[in-house]
Amino acid sequence: RYVGEGARAVPLAGHVGFDSMPDQLVNKSVNHGFCFNILCVGETGLGKSTLMDTLFNTKFEGEPTQHNQPGVTLKSNTYELQESNVRLKLTVVNTVGFGDQINKEDSYKSIVEFIDAQFEAYLQEELKIKRTLHSYHDTRIHACLYFIAPTGHSLKSLDLVTMKKLDSKVNIIPIIAKSDAISKSELAKFKIKITSELVSNGVQIYQFPTDDESVAEINSTMNSHLPFAVVGSTEEVKIGNKMVKARQYPWGTVQVENENHCDFVKLREMLIRVNMEDLREQTHTRHYELYRRCKLEEMGFKDTDPDSKPFSLQETYEAKRNEFMGELQKKEEEMRQMFVQRVKEKEAELKEAEKELHEKFDRLKKLHQDEKKKVEEKKKSLDDELNMFKQKKTAAELLQNQAQQAGGSTTLKRDKERKK
Amino acid sequence: NNNECLSLQSQQKNLEGYVGFASLPNQVYRKSVKRGFEFTLMVVGESGLGKSTLINSLFLTDLYSAEYPGPSHRIKKTVQVEQSKVLIKEGGVQLLLTIVDTPGFGDAVDNSNCWQPIIDHIDSKFEDYLNSESRVNRRQMPDSRIHCCLYFIAPSGHGLKPLDIEFMKRLHEKVNVIPLIAKADTLTPEECQQFKKQIMREIQEHKIKIYEFPETDDEEENRLVKKIKDKLPLAVVGSNTIIEVNSKRVRGRQYPWGVAEVENSDHCDFTILRDMLIRTHMQDLKDVTNNVHYENYRSRKLAAVTYNGVDNNRAKGQLCTKSPLAQMEEERREHVTKMKKMEMEMEQVFEMKVKEKVQKLKDSEAELQRRHEQMKKNLEAQHKELEEKRRVFEEERANWEVQQRLEQQKLEASRYDRHSPSLFSRSDCLALTNASIKDPTSCTNTTTVGFTVSVSGA
Repeated sequence: RYVGEGARAVPLAGHVGFDSMPDQLVNKSVNHGFCFNILCVGETGLGKSTLMDTLFNTKFEGEPTQHNQPGVTLKSNTYELQESNVRLKLTVVNTVGFGDQINKEDSYKSIVEFIDAQFEAYLQEELKIKRTLHSYHDTRIHACLYFIAPTGHSLKSLDLVTMKKLDSKVNIIPIIAKSDAISKSELAKFKIKITSELVSNGVQIYQFPTDDESVAEINSTMNSHLPFAVVGSTEEVKIGNKMVKARQYPWGTVQVENENHCDFVKLREMLIRVNMEDLREQTHTRHYELYRRCKLEEMGFKDTDPDSKPFSLQETYEAKRNEFMGELQKKEEEMRQMFVQRVKEKEAELKEAEKELHEKFDRLKKLHQDEKKKVEEKKKSLDDELNMFKQKKTAAELLQNQAQQAGGSTTLKRDKERKK
Repeated sequence: NNNECLSLQSQQKNLEGYVGFASLPNQVYRKSVKRGFEFTLMVVGESGLGKSTLINSLFLTDLYSAEYPGPSHRIKKTVQVEQSKVLIKEGGVQLLLTIVDTPGFGDAVDNSNCWQPIIDHIDSKFEDYLNSESRVNRRQMPDSRIHCCLYFIAPSGHGLKPLDIEFMKRLHEKVNVIPLIAKADTLTPEECQQFKKQIMREIQEHKIKIYEFPETDDEEENRLVKKIKDKLPLAVVGSNTIIEVNSKRVRGRQYPWGVAEVENSDHCDFTILRDMLIRTHMQDLKDVTNNVHYENYRSRKLAAVTYNGVDNNRAKGQLCTKSPLAQMEEERREHVTKMKKMEMEMEQVFEMKVKEKVQKLKDSEAELQRRHEQMKKNLEAQHKELEEKRRVFEEERANWEVQQRLEQQKLEASRYDRHSPSLFSRSDCLALTNASIKDPTSCTNTTTVGFTVSVSGA
């Protein structure tokens, strides 16, 4: 983490002037402008928009949303803010419809996809051949304010599930919303319950950094106040002779910026005034790196070859490319083979059909031959009968002729006798 | 998809109170101090031009000492590239300073390509950075890229030497080049002025891009920058010795005729160089190295890697902003389309051939069927014919048999006739039977109607 380990230290014989380096760097970044992206996750009606307005002392976009959203969508708006010479491009992303559905199993999905999409966009830019990283508008989410409903009991399972899915992707800062609904004693118990539930479920929330001496103390104190119980309001009420942001009830007025009333001031301090830059840095060096690493590993990139020798970029890309080309060729081959196979199969099929056809007709032919034979036999027998008959006839005629001749004489004889 | 793209349209919002992000610069300041700074400076020039001395004067330290001798004390046969790393601290700020020496440069008789080891060194640092940037597991990336190259010009008073021009031309697109007139205490102010003009003329003539100070929005700063620009190239003097002048201890060079003070702006431009290099533009030198020189190197390198093997004409036409991965993605998509087309074509050919064959089979089946029908018909005809023949025959036979019987009866009748008269005369009986025999077609059915004439006495 620290530069300069291992080099020899030498004393300086006077003022060189490189102690201006931090100023040079700061001037550059002020000229360039700053960028910060907040994601607000929480059920409809927990005062997310109001809190943003209160935090940034302005009225941001937005109509209050209805409870009838079919799914969770993310709406984002970007604003240009300026304070003294510091320009901030602030993007506020809201989860619309979170917690409104009957079946909330997929609620976290749109959120995760959104966060990943911003990482992906950055990764794509980073991987381009001609890239312009230093003027790239960073859309990655730097802080996720998770709004917990002020039930006073414990976290909802939706909360646990969602935070678990998000904790490796974004800096989560859990806050108890509309905390003016909880009494002080209940609040203490509530905070303890929430913290222990988060710990027992292994949810990693953002810890304010304690490695820099100048802010270590305040950060570690604040860490113990998490989750912050906040109240938001853009309405002003006169307290004493000052106009303060507050919520007026018949029984009293909740002052937003009164640290006895709620943790709003703490949240603002931590989120904006002390750790904004750290949140941005953590997003880049931890969450984004994790995303990038997973993505590249998914695509098959490795840092060392099988012999544990480190790959150079060229080698990596060439290896990937060769692998890729090989894959493509294999696919082509496979397809060709498949066709060859199909052709073979079809040919066999058709041959089989042809064979069957011929067999069929051979059978028919045979049947036909049999029939023909039968007919011929019949014919033959008929002819035989015919012949027999002819013979019979001829014989009979012969006999008849003979008989007639004899009969003729007999008839004559008879006639003669009659005449007698 | 509305979900995924953040609208890049932003709107101006006014704040109605102090929010606190004006502390961001402080946060950045704090973090940068914690992290510490790095800077790599390369010095190039013939030996004896006072390079080491100048470095020592710039950083007010004995970078080169007896323990760590400077390059001039080391005899080199060929151009070497050597690094010295020191850690210096000031005002809570830590700087890891790397000085890159190039002993042997320009010292040989034949100096052709003496810049090559230097170019190779710069490129290898870019390569290292590129590789560590491209790793899957990225740790803190140490930046050892050369942020600035001080090029020492010998104070000849005339103009640039061919080697000077050649070197700067080859390196101006790889590193921030700041040309310096070395040992400027050998030139009078007028000579120096002339020399500077001549050098700048030649630099412009050869289109050499030396490091340019960036324009800012600040009027004051721009005026300062203009003043510096008028003095380029800076003429410097360095010294390792402290001399007392007017009860002040200053770095300087003692001559019989006086002391040339290093930090006296009337004597040389050392303070301008120091202020610019260290106090005001160190960060910018790093940024230009990162955003311009390194990016040029990277895009050239990646283009070579990406388009290695891809059709060169196509590649040239679109030296695009894609990453090698995006290029592979596109190639993959193209391949998918190509495969689909191929598949479709193959499918078509296959279908056509199958259709042909199936048709042939159908035709042959039809033919066989036809023939079979034909034969069947023939056979049926034959069969019918035979039936008819038989019928005719049977009829004939039946008739004949009847006739025979009649004859027989006649015979019997005639024998009987001799004994008794009959009711019907013989001729009557004959007429009856004759009628039926003579006209068998009058019968409506195929069986012959026969009369059995009973010739009994009844």
